Amino acid sequence: MTHQRPDPDKLLQKVQREEAKAHTGRLKIFFGACAGVGKTYAMLSEAQEVKAQGVDVVVGVVETHRRVETEVLLEGLEILPTRQVPYRGAMLDELDVDAALARRPAILLVDELAHTNAPGSRHPKRWQDVKELLAAGIDVYTTVNVQHVESLNDVVGQITGIRVWETVPDKVFDEADEIELVDLPSDDLLQRLKEGKVYMPEQAAHAVANFFRKGNLIALRELALRRTADRVDAQAREYREGAAISGVWQLKERLLVAVGPGAHAEQVVRAGRRLADSLRAEWIAVYVETPRLQRLPEAERSRVLRALRLAQELGAETATLPGQDVVDALAGYAGERNASKIVIGRSSVAPVLRPFRRTLFDTLAKRVPGVDLLVVGGEVRHEPAPAAAEARRGPPKTRWRGYVEALAAVVLVTLVALPLRPYIEITNIAMLYLLSVVIVAVRAGRGPSVAASVIGVAAFDFFCVPPYLTFAVSDTEYLLTFAVMLVIALTITHLTAGMRYQARVAAYRERRVRSLYEMSRELSGALTAEQIVEIAVQHVQGVFEAPSAVLLPDDNGRLAYPEGVRPGELREADLSVAQWVYDREQPAGLGTGTLAGTGIHYLPLRAPVRTRGVLALKPRNERLIFVPEQQRLLETFAAQIALALERVHFVEVAQATQLRMASERLRNSLLASISHDLRTPLAVLTGAASSLTEQDQRLSPEARRELAQTIYDEAMYMSELTSNVLDMARLETGAVQLNRQWHPLDEVVGAVLSRLGKRLEGRRVDVNIEAAPALVELDSVLIGQVITNLIDNALKYTPAGTPIEISGATDAEGLRICLADRGPGLGPGEEKRVFEKFYRARTEGGPGGVGLGLTICRAVVEAHGGHIWAENRADRGARFCFVLPQSGEPPAVQPEALTTAPPA
Amino acid sequence: MSEPRPVVVLIEDEPQIRRFLRTVLPEHGYALFEAETGKQGLVEAAVRKADVVILDLGLPDMDGVEVVRRLREWTQMPVIVLSARAQETDKVAALDAGADDYVTKPFGVGELLARLRAALRRASRDEEGSQVFESGPLKIDLAARRVLLASSEVHLTPIEYRLLAVLVRHAGKVLTHRQLLKEVWGPSHVEHSHYLRIYMAQLRKKLEEDPARPRFLLTEAGVGYRLAVP
Repeated sequence: MTHQRPDPDKLLQKVQREEAKAHTGRLKIFFGACAGVGKTYAMLSEAQEVKAQGVDVVVGVVETHRRVETEVLLEGLEILPTRQVPYRGAMLDELDVDAALARRPAILLVDELAHTNAPGSRHPKRWQDVKELLAAGIDVYTTVNVQHVESLNDVVGQITGIRVWETVPDKVFDEADEIELVDLPSDDLLQRLKEGKVYMPEQAAHAVANFFRKGNLIALRELALRRTADRVDAQAREYREGAAISGVWQLKERLLVAVGPGAHAEQVVRAGRRLADSLRAEWIAVYVETPRLQRLPEAERSRVLRALRLAQELGAETATLPGQDVVDALAGYAGERNASKIVIGRSSVAPVLRPFRRTLFDTLAKRVPGVDLLVVGGEVRHEPAPAAAEARRGPPKTRWRGYVEALAAVVLVTLVALPLRPYIEITNIAMLYLLSVVIVAVRAGRGPSVAASVIGVAAFDFFCVPPYLTFAVSDTEYLLTFAVMLVIALTITHLTAGMRYQARVAAYRERRVRSLYEMSRELSGALTAEQIVEIAVQHVQGVFEAPSAVLLPDDNGRLAYPEGVRPGELREADLSVAQWVYDREQPAGLGTGTLAGTGIHYLPLRAPVRTRGVLALKPRNERLIFVPEQQRLLETFAAQIALALERVHFVEVAQATQLRMASERLRNSLLASISHDLRTPLAVLTGAASSLTEQDQRLSPEARRELAQTIYDEAMYMSELTSNVLDMARLETGAVQLNRQWHPLDEVVGAVLSRLGKRLEGRRVDVNIEAAPALVELDSVLIGQVITNLIDNALKYTPAGTPIEISGATDAEGLRICLADRGPGLGPGEEKRVFEKFYRARTEGGPGGVGLGLTICRAVVEAHGGHIWAENRADRGARFCFVLPQSGEPPAVQPEALTTAPPA
Repeated sequence: MSEPRPVVVLIEDEPQIRRFLRTVLPEHGYALFEAETGKQGLVEAAVRKADVVILDLGLPDMDGVEVVRRLREWTQMPVIVLSARAQETDKVAALDAGADDYVTKPFGVGELLARLRAALRRASRDEEGSQVFESGPLKIDLAARRVLLASSEVHLTPIEYRLLAVLVRHAGKVLTHRQLLKEVWGPSHVEHSHYLRIYMAQLRKKLEEDPARPRFLLTEAGVGYRLAVP
């Protein structure tokens, strides 16, 4: 009953695990304005100090840049060997995370938190290594420069003109347990620079020289000081507010950051993060996917995706809003989520058009008067135009066909209109052209529809407006007709294309919901983990177009593929990565910060009680997985699968418990019955034997013989009881392995009859066994036991001298063996009860049975896949029959020519 | 008893069984030596020049089958195995290893004595190299390759005859399926036990009055066959 009363060992393990979780390492950051202020120096000084106090300090990786005063500080510290990674002909020294985890120092020094690891490392970034070390309970000292803080990256870039690509997420910085600002006045720093005490990579000497201008240094120093001050401020506030920060945040502001497809999307996100941070507000990054934006080239769309991912990393909630109009969608969502501020990027409307086009700002300001609007500027870094026409709106073939359709529609309308020209009003002909525009818009979309509008108006003018076959117009009033016609055509185009898009979005959405619904429905019907795996693999393939695998843990928590291979199942997942994911309950692989280079995305299957496994999938198209909606859908899928696995697990646990209870009950009744059945003969044995030993002289020879016979009878009874109970127990525990072989049935029956030998004396036994088939498949020992028990039963319950008939025949159902007697027959209701354990029919005198013989028969027959029953014969007597299904073909033996023995 | 008393070595770790046989066997003219372990038993069997060994399969120090195998390395003395019920595979293993017979616990004295006598008789007959088997109406002469039932000649196929001859050579002894298959069909056929059953059925049809209740060719369920001696 381990599941009702928790196993103490398991409880202890759980407590220890939780303790380990609670005991994550402390992160201390030595924070400076720029290189050369002495962060590494400060870190090493402190390391020496704590070492002097007897703390186990180890250097994981430290970059001294061969500065003498820094190198001196390394003396006496244990230095972990670095991991050498070959990269483009050079050897790179990387922090050896596994060695550090194995060494487990109290404090590990890891310089340059923003460092990017060599390709092929476990994590792309060093701060991720550090997170793992912290999670393992190791304290870490590290260093960070202000320009490496993600949200300050832009600002520093603008100040200094140099951008760095190695950044640390603000979250990591903010969650550090301690930040020590290493400050050096700018003049001193410049002095150090002059003395050559600041490390300068030669290849970047010029840029670096630019960087170390006094103005820059002052600005950087201010940034660093301010960032630290912000942190101190936040800490003070947290302290005042107690631990209820999240509650307070709920009441505070909510910021909506609108991410557009423009080049400065990431800048907007970073600015949003800074703002949200300073306001201590929750923030949501949203992308409105309008029909126009959906037609953007792939490169720009993936930039949006990148920006959204960045926002997620920076701690934002993200959403993609499908909508006709950016303003509508933003305004609606802002209302829905109760946002108090909306951050947008500066519109990149060409200066010439500015007087004519209202900016997003203007329209939005009108729509949401109560909400603050913030426009984030910043120079737009002109990235090389993403391979210009390369991927404009879908495959060229379909586009081309759309335009052909447009042209054909106009030609067709013209052909229809020409003969009608004398008969119908010219305005109605214009209607025909408009009709063609509608049809083209519905069928081929916006571009062809615009083309149809223009060509249509032109054709209308050329063919249908007098003078014919010229663009000249006799009546200037027609110019108005053309204008109106064009406007109407374009409006129709716009509306129809919008509708098409909305319909598509709705269809997508419906498909998502339906796929989720279908999978949930199928999962709810699944009874085993294997079924769940099959359903999951099938649906993930259908929805995400990715072969996938569900990896399940064994009893020791080691992941493995479930048995059997399902179609479309992924077989190349890396079990060690999956194990990592399972142990840490974090996603890894493609699209994450851990082992992103594998091409396979690993997702933990988290259920309410614990993680149930790992879903690994290899998407053909990353977009199908990493668009926020799809990602959420995937997470929901994972949650559903995990829930189903957990449900099945608990069902199994419940069944096992029930089974245990049943067997417990059985054991109790068995014990009760056996103890009674054993005591009676034991009492007789003891009595009879003691008479023989103690009163030998006084007993007559007849009495002595009588007592000896009693002892023999009772001993035989006990022997029978014991072997029956043992047989029963072996059958029930499943310890009996069926040894099915091909036997002649008469041999099986014959063996039983000759074994019973003397006991059958005085009985007529008629054996009637059909000759065909020659061989039947069964376990001869066990079936022999069944026949023995049945005969035994007949011997016990039928009067001496009455005959026993044994018959065997094969029909469609299988082999049928019957044993019939001429005894008193079965009492009412006994047909079923005789097979129950310890059921004994009343007998007139004589030793009753143990009450297990027929139960054993039933167990053996059922183990063969057959069934057994009892019935009364039409004329006097009872009949016991059993059927054993026969499936295989009996083996053939080549007939042998009869030769006469002896040969010559 | 003018003849020297046959020497029985009993290898059995259960003291109750030893005590019981210690009271019974000497009464019936056997000289009994006991051993509690397999190792001790192997030594006793050699030192006492045993005529027959009674061996329990469940010994504390080594498997009974292993004891049989070691005995067979140097002697053909009869070995009777004592086994608890429902262990057909153990019985088969012991017989395959070279044991002559087995008695299932619990057993009566009469049965054990009969087996002992049969084993000793077989051993002495093997020395004589008897070529004729007679039991009731059945007479088999191996030297002349003749099978007579109630004085009339029975025609057998070559395989039937080979099978019968093997049983006759070991009359009274249980032969396992494996042993029979190996001797009659050859070592590559030891798994084809249905061959054996079919030919045994054919033999019974030719030799037994009632094949369903055989008198000569007895089935030991799950183990093998035995030719009953009169």
